Order: sequence, then structure tokens, then C-alpha cells
Amino acid sequence: MDKIILGRYLPGDSLIYRLDPRGKFLLTFYFVGIVFLANNVASYAFLLAFVLFAVYLSKINFGFFLKGLRPIFWLILFTVILQLFFTPSDNPIWQWGILTFSKEGMVIAGYIFIRFVLIIFISTLLTLTTTPIEISDSIESILKPLKKIKFPVTQVALMLSIALRFVPLLVDETTKIMDAQRARGVDFGEGGLIKRIKSFVPILIPLFVSSFSIAYDLAIAMESRGYRDGEGRSKYRVLNWAKRDNIMVVFMICLTIILLFLRSY
Amino acid sequence: MEITFEHVTHSYNVNSPTASLGLDDVSLTINDKSFTAIVGQTGSGKSTMVKHINALLKPTSGKLTVGNRVITSETNNKNLKPLRKQVGMVFQFPENQLFEETVEKDIMFGPMNFGDSEEHAKQAAKEMIKLVGLDESYLSKSPFDLSGGQMRRVAIAGVLASNPETIILDEPTAGLDPVGRKEIMGLFKDLQQQGKTIILITHNMDDVANFADEMAVIHRGKLIASGLPQEVFNKSELLKDDLLSLPRSAEFARELSQKGFHFDKLPITIDELGTEIKQQLNGG
Repeated sequence: MDKIILGRYLPGDSLIYRLDPRGKFLLTFYFVGIVFLANNVASYAFLLAFVLFAVYLSKINFGFFLKGLRPIFWLILFTVILQLFFTPSDNPIWQWGILTFSKEGMVIAGYIFIRFVLIIFISTLLTLTTTPIEISDSIESILKPLKKIKFPVTQVALMLSIALRFVPLLVDETTKIMDAQRARGVDFGEGGLIKRIKSFVPILIPLFVSSFSIAYDLAIAMESRGYRDGEGRSKYRVLNWAKRDNIMVVFMICLTIILLFLRSY
Repeated sequence: MEITFEHVTHSYNVNSPTASLGLDDVSLTINDKSFTAIVGQTGSGKSTMVKHINALLKPTSGKLTVGNRVITSETNNKNLKPLRKQVGMVFQFPENQLFEETVEKDIMFGPMNFGDSEEHAKQAAKEMIKLVGLDESYLSKSPFDLSGGQMRRVAIAGVLASNPETIILDEPTAGLDPVGRKEIMGLFKDLQQQGKTIILITHNMDDVANFADEMAVIHRGKLIASGLPQEVFNKSELLKDDLLSLPRSAEFARELSQKGFHFDKLPITIDELGTEIKQQLNGG
């Protein structure tokens, strides 16, 4: 559990931390979109420079971002190798059956690799600098227009924030139950596949039972504090769109324009 | 089984910015067949400390010896079953670990994991359910149909069923009613007298005074005092800094001593206090 960096929040304070989470959230998705505009060395180099600059601004140790790559290292390797050997080419360096190794293949594989790195770095940056509750608040605010088509935005937002609130709790609970069953002689991750799957029953059943009882208690506690159906509630956590967020948007627009220019260059 | 901690230090999440020190250079010997209470504030490292004894956690540095087994940071995760069979552990709110369809199966779960035969495990379940104060009719019930206190007893029975030599108890009576507390604590005292080593984590100083032969006080991961309860409760420097509170009898004795009573030895149990008061009233 400790090894997964993507999706984790790291407490800290820097310009990136103070940005409005809605802006960060949307711009991250936007960035993932415009990564696909890049098509040559200059544009990729430019995007890479931008992401490294953003990482620098966040004041988070660079090693963290590298760690974020680790869980999907094999996926990256697989894709890169696939590109290396299966890119069709007119003048291959080496060929054997359907396997082709060429200069074009190398270039495309390199692009794919950078694309992966860019997307992972920027999304790691979002989650490292934004608390889960900020993310759920921004989802609520982004989904607001859907109210017009009777989509239950406030309920979904509440669901999200409760779910996020309970993630650490359930992780704790899981560790505790695993420890307790280990103390009663269960070996997790030993033996054959069937045995391994079976060894999770003593974790899953208690976990389900406690989740339901937590949900039941929470529902009663919420009702007794005057909660009815989410309509007409006020908001305590208010998001503020500041000047720096405008600057960020302008920055992104410039980025797109430069990218379009580099692309046709 | 004698348990020795030698300069045991444990950090959580080593090499990450969220690293935190759980145990700081703890050295302590827990004698064979003793009843040792470990006390300290919430978050002081009590649970971290006892999890080392059956290698659920391993020391970051230092070593501990459990019986004839040595646990260091290099200890392999394999072959820990014999150790875990010897060291039974009742976690906080152990009722959360129940999962089988019947109480009997749940109690049998531990012994079966440690390689007991089914018949033997069934026999153990029968004995244990009585030992924890429920009758045999409960064996065929689902653990989820029981009350919280009954579930607690079943969970304790499940740990005792593997017949461990050392039993670690992490606040076993938290949330139980006064009668249940007394019964469960009495059960552990009996087990000690039958030759088992008991390690109890607790916030209840009366339990320490009434049941423990030895105690250890932990504060922020450091061992700050250990010895006989009688001695430790007499260390006024601990009490002054609020690192330790007194059993009710001792508290009462202190108030009495301000009214002219004099105690050579601070009475920590009700019996001791009663005897002292009686003597002093008769003599004075």
C-alpha cells in the first residue's frame, strides 16, 4: 500500500498547493488532452520542460514523481517495446518476420515514453498537491450544470466525500484485520492461487460487516444532526478563484498556442 | 517464555517523508509466567511494542528474543507460524476478526491454521467456549447474531484455542460492562496461574494494581519506567508530569495522607487500602 504514489496527498505549501482545486482539476485533464497535440521533438521537449517547471514550482521532491512511475513501469516498457518492433518502416535497420526495428520505430517509442511520463507526472502533481476533499469539492462544482437534467449533484458530492473520508479508515481496518488473522496463523501470499484467494475470506467478510455497520451508524448520526436529503443545505467549504488561477489559465492557453505553432513548424 | 527487548527501535514508513518513530530504543525483559502490564498514553507506542513479539512488526534496529527465537530487522517472513502459535494475540476490539458461519468454526480457525487435527480443534472449541463463560449451545450459532460482549468472548476463545504460551492482550476489556470486565480479567489471571505469560496493554490502572506483577510505562516510544507496580506507582516524578495516573485506591490513600493518615507503602489495591486503614484506626 505504501508504494503507490499516484492518488496520494502530500502535505506541503507552495504556489501549486494554493491554486484553486477546480482549476487544477480541469487543467490537468486539459493538459492530458493537449499532450496528444505534440508530434515532433521540439513540441515534446517543450511539454517536458513545462511539466518539469510545474514540478519545480510544487517544491516536492522529484524522487516522488519517479516513484509514481514504478507501479506502471511494466506497462510503459511493454508499450515501448511494442512500438520499437512493430512500427512499419520502408528502410528498417533490422528485420525478422513481422519484427521490424527501425529509426522511425525508435523515435515513436521515444515519444510514447515521454507521453507516459508527462501524463503520469502531471496527474501525480494534481493528487500530491490537492487533498481528496478538495478534489471532491471541485467535482461537485464542475458537475453543477448537470442539475438542469435532474442529476443529483449534491448527493453524488456527499457520496464522494463520505467515500473519500472512509478510505483511510477502511485501510486502517484492513491492516488491523490482516494482523489479527495473521496472529491466528493465516499466511497471506503463500501457497497456490486458490489457497491465496481463500486466505482473503477472513479479511473480506469482517471488512464488509464493519463497513455496513459503519454506514448504518453514520446514517443515524447524520439524521440526528438534521440531515434530510441534501437539498437546501449550505456550503461550509468555499472555493475561491483567485488571480493566480486566472494566470494559470492564461498560461495554459499560451502553452496550447505555442504547441500548435511548434507542431506545424 | 522469556521475552527480551534489546535496544529495539521501530520507525514506520522508513525512507519517506511520512516516516515516524514508533519505538525508541526500548530494552525490557518480560519474565516467564509473569503478568506484565504495559501502560502509556494513546499513541505512545504500546501496540507497536507488542506487535514485535509475534513478528507482525520487525524492529528497524535492535533485536528481541522470544523464547529461543531471535527477531531482528532481517528476520524472514517465512516460518513465523511456530512463533505465532506460541504467542497468542488478542487485539483491540477482537470481535472485528470474526468471519466464519458458526462460532465453532471461528474458534477452530486458529488451531486448524497451526496444523491441529479437526477433532482436536473441535475439542478445543468446546473447552474454550466454556472457559470464556458461554455454554456449548453457542457453538452452532452465527457469530454475527451475538451481542458485542459475547462476540468479544468468542474472539478471545479463538485466540486461546491454539493454546499459546504467551498471551498478549490489547485492552481486552475496552467497552465491556463492569461484570464482563471482572470475569474476563479473572480468566486471564487464572491462565497466568496455570503457567502462561500474560502481557496486558491497558489504560485502567486498577487492573494493573489488581492483576499485574510487573509493569512498564511507555511515553512517546520510550520506556520511561518498569518494575513492580508498587514501585512504579510510587515514582512521584511520573505522576507530577501526568505521564501516569494512580489506581483509585492509591488516589484515595494520597488524599487520606493529607488528612493525617500515614502510609509507609502506598496501597494500590482496595484490600491493601482496607487493611492499612483498619490498622491505623485501631492503633490510633
